[in-house]
Amino acid sequence: MEIMGLPLIYYGAMILKVLLAFVFVLLTVAYATYAERKIIGHMQVRVGPNRVGPMGLLQPIADGIKLFFKEEIIPSEASKFAFLLAPLVALIPAFISFAVIPFGDVIEIAGYKIPLQIAAFADNAGTVFDLNIGVLYILAMASLGVYGIVLAGWSSNSKYSLLGGLRSSAQMISYELAAGLAIVCVFMVSQSLSLHAIVADQAGLFGWYLFRNPFTFLAGIIFFICSLAEINRTPFDLPEAETELVSGFCTEYSSMKYAMFFMAEYANMVTVCAVTTTLFLGGWQGPLPSVLNFIAKVYFLMFVCMWIRATYPRYRYDQLMKLGWKVFLPSTLFLIVGNAIWITLFK
Amino acid sequence: MLGAYLPIIVLLVVAACFGLGSVVVSSLVGQKKLSPVKLQPYECGCEPVGSAQERFSIKFYLIAMLFILFDIECVFLYPWAVLFKRLGVFGLIEMGVFVVILFVGYIYVWKKGALEWE
Repeated sequence: MEIMGLPLIYYGAMILKVLLAFVFVLLTVAYATYAERKIIGHMQVRVGPNRVGPMGLLQPIADGIKLFFKEEIIPSEASKFAFLLAPLVALIPAFISFAVIPFGDVIEIAGYKIPLQIAAFADNAGTVFDLNIGVLYILAMASLGVYGIVLAGWSSNSKYSLLGGLRSSAQMISYELAAGLAIVCVFMVSQSLSLHAIVADQAGLFGWYLFRNPFTFLAGIIFFICSLAEINRTPFDLPEAETELVSGFCTEYSSMKYAMFFMAEYANMVTVCAVTTTLFLGGWQGPLPSVLNFIAKVYFLMFVCMWIRATYPRYRYDQLMKLGWKVFLPSTLFLIVGNAIWITLFK
Repeated sequence: MLGAYLPIIVLLVVAACFGLGSVVVSSLVGQKKLSPVKLQPYECGCEPVGSAQERFSIKFYLIAMLFILFDIECVFLYPWAVLFKRLGVFGLIEMGVFVVILFVGYIYVWKKGALEWE
């Protein structure tokens, strides 16, 4: 039986994949908050959360329930519609960028080949058709996240929120530029924008784009740092520098609407780590079963994010802008030229 | 291509339902003891003065303009990068010229002081 030229199992697999990936991201987000508190706690010689459940393992659930029952405050001065819209605009792109990331190899169920990537399907020969502009889609979704923050900062009608929102948007677009230029080095090696093709091209440890040549190596590192800045992680978490801006763009938010900004931040972290894994660390390629490789690499990168947070102090705003515009932007341009010459010389 | 785009829409719907649902449920079950003072914008305990939706530093606008300029040039590099190996030495020189011109513009912006943050 077929609907619109595709077998019924395709739709079943699609819904299953969507739900699995969504639940995976949601659980990772919940436990990333726990892991972050625990890891940073131990790095600072504290124990971290340890009261709710064994070793504090139920802490994220307790936090979630608490936030559900909190009072919902919409400031009387706020522009109400934009104020309500902003958390959704921040949260949704964070989740849907996951759609194009291949999290595993093609598997076979009842004679049908199913690629473990949400926005993809395979024919019976095992050829995968995915979004041929996958990387552009991810960049587009990453940019959409800015709108949520600008809307939140503007509509709250509070000075702290406005300043936090402006800072955040200027920071995000500055680093988006360097991140966008850094991945040009990936396209030059992969000759494709499809994430399935990019992962398929990275078999073996020295197939990883990070280790292809010195230029892609540096591009990978710059991309990861710029991504941290784009999702407002430490040391680039100026939008919510609490010593000067209270809580930045989400100062006026409470209850579940605040939780959505919080979740968006962590979901963005998952997505950024997944994108870095896919583009530079060989995606699901590796010695373990494909999905486990992918998860191990993503979790490792998330650990690195937390480690960075425990290690580095926050940048000052002018230092941050200087790093983005005067260091990363010109160096990515040099990397592109260097990579082009390298590939032409060592074909 | 429907096969590749449909799942994105499904995921969008799932994410939107999750977001909307949690906001609606929390606003239903959450407590409500509102007062005029609580609904004021937060200003560390001071009486708020004026509106926050006012004019702000032109620097942010300048950054946005520069972003658009460089982002467009960045987008020009994508199709070239994807076809790089097929274009060969011709592509290398063409792109070299493009990046040099881009770099001249970048030096100009730098020398004009648009990247300084005071």
